[in-house]
Amino acid sequence: MSDEVQINIISANRMQSMNTMEKIRLILDDVMNGHIVILEKGLDPMEEAKLIEFTMIQIRNDVFSGIEIQSYPRDQKKSAIGKLFGKDPDSRMTVIGPANRLKSIKKEKDIISALIA
Amino acid sequence: MAFIAKLKSNLSSFLSSIFKKKVSRIGIYGPPNAGKTTLANRVVTDFTGETIGTASNVPHETRRVKKRDGVTISSNGSSITLDIVDTPGLATKIDFHDFMEMGIPEEEAKKRAKEATEGVIEAIKWMDNLDGVLLVMDATQDPYTQVNVTVVGNMEARSLPMLIVANKMDLQGSSVERIKGAFPQHTVVPISALEGNNIDLLYETIAKRFG
Repeated sequence: MSDEVQINIISANRMQSMNTMEKIRLILDDVMNGHIVILEKGLDPMEEAKLIEFTMIQIRNDVFSGIEIQSYPRDQKKSAIGKLFGKDPDSRMTVIGPANRLKSIKKEKDIISALIA
Repeated sequence: MAFIAKLKSNLSSFLSSIFKKKVSRIGIYGPPNAGKTTLANRVVTDFTGETIGTASNVPHETRRVKKRDGVTISSNGSSITLDIVDTPGLATKIDFHDFMEMGIPEEEAKKRAKEATEGVIEAIKWMDNLDGVLLVMDATQDPYTQVNVTVVGNMEARSLPMLIVANKMDLQGSSVERIKGAFPQHTVVPISALEGNNIDLLYETIAKRFG
């Protein structure tokens, strides 16, 4: 793996046209190639769980040890009407990278700090 | 059609929360080493005299889901019967080198890492089969982890009840306020599963929240 780091910033429009598996494939292909992925609009909670599940399937000793992923906290306020009608949960900008390159990611309410090794 | 199906599903969750089920299946979730198995053992031992699994300081000690059915928790005059599901620690990365650093030989570390990845997958799949979740966090650690955010998001999306357990409150540097600040929309109960501190408050809150 070279010392250069490629960062792919993926627009919300691009992600919107994809189904869950397409999104996960796109993210994991990039991350497994050593790239950092920034999603303008992140994944919903079900998709996040799927991403973790498929990350586990891809883990190989000395080749790929998993991902670092952080997104801003979701909007805590959701109306009763929104809950009843199953309003989609708010998705926020998300940073994802290979665990061996993103040595440390810290998140506060409005700041994500990523350290790329 | 998807809208109608979603509406039906949400109405069903709403109605089932009114007409309570007799037994609730509750999953104990959280990152590795948060104290999930210690808590599961504490609950199951207090009410049945048995244990559910082995706890240790090495991460991913629990690598298969463990279940104990029909645990009746009584507190302050109210009681609830739960099926307790102790899940492997959720993680986004598993590196066998981390196990080797804890003194585990290479081959065993690799085997443990493989089993841990399978355990995470199993824990995620179990989210589809639960009536509620106890999300255990290590109160000495930063609660803003993706694992915590993902579990909270999944429970909210499913409209399932959840309690956050701020564990390890007996340790220096623990802070329940940090967890409350991170997830202000949820009830947080500070405990020490190891020492048993505040465990009665947890049982009382479980009976109220899931009963």
